Amino acid sequence: MHEYSIVQSLFDQIQATARARGAVAVRRVNVQIGEIAGVDVGLLRTAYDLFRVHTICEHASLDVETVAARWTCPGGHGDISRGCALVCPSCARPARLAAGDEIVLRQLELEVP
Amino acid sequence: MCQACGCGDSNVVPVALNERILAANDRAARHNREHFRDAHVSAINLMGSPGAGKTAVLEATARALGPHAKVGVLAGDLATDNDARRIRAAGLVAELITTGTACHLDAEMVHKGLHRLPEWRTFDYLFVENVGNLVCPAVYDLGQDVNVVALSVTEGEDKPLKYPTMFQKADLVLLTKIDLLPMLPEIRIAAIRDNLSIVMPVPRMIPLSARTGEGIEQWIHWLSALCIPRTSMHVVGAL
Repeated sequence: MHEYSIVQSLFDQIQATARARGAVAVRRVNVQIGEIAGVDVGLLRTAYDLFRVHTICEHASLDVETVAARWTCPGGHGDISRGCALVCPSCARPARLAAGDEIVLRQLELEVP
Repeated sequence: MCQACGCGDSNVVPVALNERILAANDRAARHNREHFRDAHVSAINLMGSPGAGKTAVLEATARALGPHAKVGVLAGDLATDNDARRIRAAGLVAELITTGTACHLDAEMVHKGLHRLPEWRTFDYLFVENVGNLVCPAVYDLGQDVNVVALSVTEGEDKPLKYPTMFQKADLVLLTKIDLLPMLPEIRIAAIRDNLSIVMPVPRMIPLSARTGEGIEQWIHWLSALCIPRTSMHVVGAL
């Protein structure tokens, strides 16, 4: 359900950027969503389709790039295998999340006059 | 106008942003965090499923702390003020944040809630009792010092694996309602601990019962280590 509030924030960012650049329309929106960011990509698309009607994004496609979760040893002993305890098997230090929690607006394609 | 041929078409310009979509919430959360630090208030974001026992934990915390620490609560609730009334009846200062249909609290809601709790700067602990939900609240930073997740034994052993985002962000899991374990022979605490270790880099869990008081002393001890409270606080055994 929070995907709606995420899309609301996304539109605030898009509108601010479009205004600053004098854009007349947005062609493409590219976002990055991590595997364990807590965002359902299907719900995000549904929310986006609802929000974009009669906005500068009316004809803008939404590209979602998903990022796999990756845990790594902070001491440089490499990645922790999926499904294993989140400690380094070599040095027993707690793992650090290296990727997978992204909720990021990567890029816009704007139409400028 | 198109610069290449002057045809009148718009130019399409790529703009790289790489901004967190929740950047506005992150800013509001930083603002809250600065307030909490300046006032020496330990802020705890208490999350968990509906019925996990969050309010009961707060009631037991109030009983255990008694006059030794000043505790305030911002209670998020979709529609009722039941939780806030229970918390006040337990002797804590509480204010309600009614979210309507929203499934989570955000940093701005917490900030507005503080405005309705004028004495919040005098608290040793501020609990934000989030909306009962194991998904959405995990996504929003509120400015808290720590995230605590209440997980009741009746929810099953595999909840940490089903909701990794929530448990990955937890600093502590309170395994609640352990007085019910004799009725639940299929639930093994060791299995819950193992599942937490797969999603939490530093798995910390305190099994407790708000009803019998078992484990509450350990919880209060954990709380007391969070900060040096303004009032001198003693670990309280008697409930």
